Amino acid sequence: MLEVKNLFCERDERVLFSHLSFSINSGEVVQIEGQNGSGKTTLLRILCGLSEAYEGELFWQKKGMAEVLDDYFRQMLYVGHLAGVKSSLTAEENLAWMQQLDPALNKVNIAEALKSVGLYGFEDVPCYTLSAGQQRRVGLARLYLSTAPLWILDEPFTALDKQGVAEKEALLAQHVLKGGSVILTTHHDLNVPGHKVRHINLDEVAHS
Amino acid sequence: MNFFIAAVRRELILALRRRSDIVNPLAFFLMVAVMFPLAVSPEPKFLAQVAPGVIWVAALLACLLSADGIFRSDFDDGSLEQILVSPQPLVLVVLAKVLSHWIISGFCLALMSPLLAMMLFLPSEGLGALILSLLLGTPTLSLLGAIGAGLTVGLRKGGILISLLILPLYIPVLIFGAGTVQAGAMGLPIAGYLALLGALLVLSMMLAPFAIAAALKISVRG
Repeated sequence: MLEVKNLFCERDERVLFSHLSFSINSGEVVQIEGQNGSGKTTLLRILCGLSEAYEGELFWQKKGMAEVLDDYFRQMLYVGHLAGVKSSLTAEENLAWMQQLDPALNKVNIAEALKSVGLYGFEDVPCYTLSAGQQRRVGLARLYLSTAPLWILDEPFTALDKQGVAEKEALLAQHVLKGGSVILTTHHDLNVPGHKVRHINLDEVAHS
Repeated sequence: MNFFIAAVRRELILALRRRSDIVNPLAFFLMVAVMFPLAVSPEPKFLAQVAPGVIWVAALLACLLSADGIFRSDFDDGSLEQILVSPQPLVLVVLAKVLSHWIISGFCLALMSPLLAMMLFLPSEGLGALILSLLLGTPTLSLLGAIGAGLTVGLRKGGILISLLILPLYIPVLIFGAGTVQAGAMGLPIAGYLALLGALLVLSMMLAPFAIAAALKISVRG
């Protein structure tokens, strides 16, 4: 699906990665690893078109990224480490807006997605009254709504409790089983039931 | 179109939940009208003479005051990133944001302006000119302000920079806006001034959204 060729990125005169090439096929989970500041978030932002500070080529379905950017945005779901949840809106209003932005978030209805992330009964309270973990869950409710084949997740499990993490891992497994693919960063020991996770370690490719 | 309406609705709901965003520019506007006679002179004849300029300068600064926040919270909580990676056209979101910024600042200022006109003894012939000039002029201020807000949203402290960037662009609007009211107060025809304000609005409506969208992309991708 997604192919990266010869990616090079430097920041403040420090090379984050160079000659980085990999491809992600459908049905794969790829975990980007590396210590703090190794460029995991930068790489994910490059992959989802939020950063242009790189050299190299990106291909989506074998076509140059710039040509198919609109199509790519329709088939890609990005959850950044900022969840994009407005604290003065309710969980329901937040998800309704996300649906407006991305019509592909229509797999189930909003109430069902909120129930799946364990926010049943919290639909209509403003998000600032929710805990950090609950706010994170509002952002992650998108995963239950999404029909996009490629998910790019930056530290999706931050602030989630153990059960929440297990649920999300099961969801990832389900997504991959249906032919989707996932790229994510996490410091948590990822365990996607029934699937092998491919690791890309940025510390190793930094100066190779 | 549905998306545009939904975007405007979201912005207005957000503004209503954070009342200070609405009240701040209006309070500033009103305070100028209260303080000015106290500080300069309560003489009605003098006040009537300077009222067009004072009201327009106050309206302009009130707009500038709130312009800084147009994209700030969306940038801080990651909503802006989500907008950029969505398949929806960025220009539409930008237009929706500018429109709702105008509704809560410029439009409310225009509604409130008769009160200031009375406080500053503006001749009643100038009242129509004042409201019309504000209604035509403040949307341009919102559009221009959003360019500055888009360019400075990625900086930690963009507040001063935005004034430096935007104030020169505000000057033509100020000149023709205050000119309209002055002409109106003297009973002269104002159609020419209004046409110029309208032309400025059309021009900025055509060009500014693209400039704002480009500025936001630079700020986020930078």
